[in-house]
Amino acid sequence: MKMELIQPFINAADAVLSQGLQGTTQVSNLTMEEDAYRRKGVAGMVALSGDIEGRIILDLEPQTAVRVASHYAGAELPESDALVKETIFELANQVVGNAVSALNDQGFHFRVHPPLLLTAEEGDKTSEDVEALMICFETAMGEIFMNVALRHNKKRMSDHAVMGA
Amino acid sequence: MEQFAPVKRSKDGQPVRYLIVDDSVFARKNLARMIETFGGQVAAEAGDGLTAISEFDRTHPDIVLMDITMPQMEGIEAAERIVQQHPEARIVMVSSVGYQENIVAALQRGARHFVQKPVKPEVLYEVIKYVLGEDGTVANVAGAGA
Repeated sequence: MKMELIQPFINAADAVLSQGLQGTTQVSNLTMEEDAYRRKGVAGMVALSGDIEGRIILDLEPQTAVRVASHYAGAELPESDALVKETIFELANQVVGNAVSALNDQGFHFRVHPPLLLTAEEGDKTSEDVEALMICFETAMGEIFMNVALRHNKKRMSDHAVMGA
Repeated sequence: MEQFAPVKRSKDGQPVRYLIVDDSVFARKNLARMIETFGGQVAAEAGDGLTAISEFDRTHPDIVLMDITMPQMEGIEAAERIVQQHPEARIVMVSSVGYQENIVAALQRGARHFVQKPVKPEVLYEVIKYVLGEDGTVANVAGAGA
């Protein structure tokens, strides 16, 4: 997976999280994921289709998710509150939306699908053409994990090439 | 959250009434809290474009804050349908997907402005004043933050 595709997601997550959590964020770990995705806690997934296809997962351990959601809500929320999941969904949506906006300005065209709750403990294994990168952001509220799995839509890209020729 | 000088309706001095349209409860709550700091009032909320149309017909808000990516009917189509029926409608698109094509499509189909998420209250406040134009007035309140 090319770094030029990943960097907008890292930049967007950094911007969204540092603005929302009113503190600095730091990328503490960045690893390629070759095995099936294992959910850590409250996880929201946003799918993309278009020139680049794939999905982005924002995943927080339950206590971190509660702290983050409570910060946004301005009040202590219980772990069972639906607003905890909603907060993670919306954060995932904002990160993807901002990243896609930057990539679109570079000529990639996407459709962003509404966020979904990831309920399975384990996701699909990544394949040769869908590599996944796990990025861990250190924040004042705890670690926030972002898993990015993207691939070029070869048909769409070749269509563009033909049209551009 | 920072407090702003209240924006009122010029015609009667009443709070500006808003329709908030977003499939995310979190986003709706967040916007509602901002509106409160602007001295506004939430007339209604909707979680999709179809409901937005019916809530607009029911409540006739002064301003609609409309997300783009939503189930059933997306925000740009809902904005277009509302403006077709109510050309005076003031719709501000509020979306995390802020690339040029999206913004242009929304404006061409009747939206008055575009604000990218995550929303900064001071940005939304200025956009609302701009979109209201002479139909809005900023109340002079001592101690207000903006």
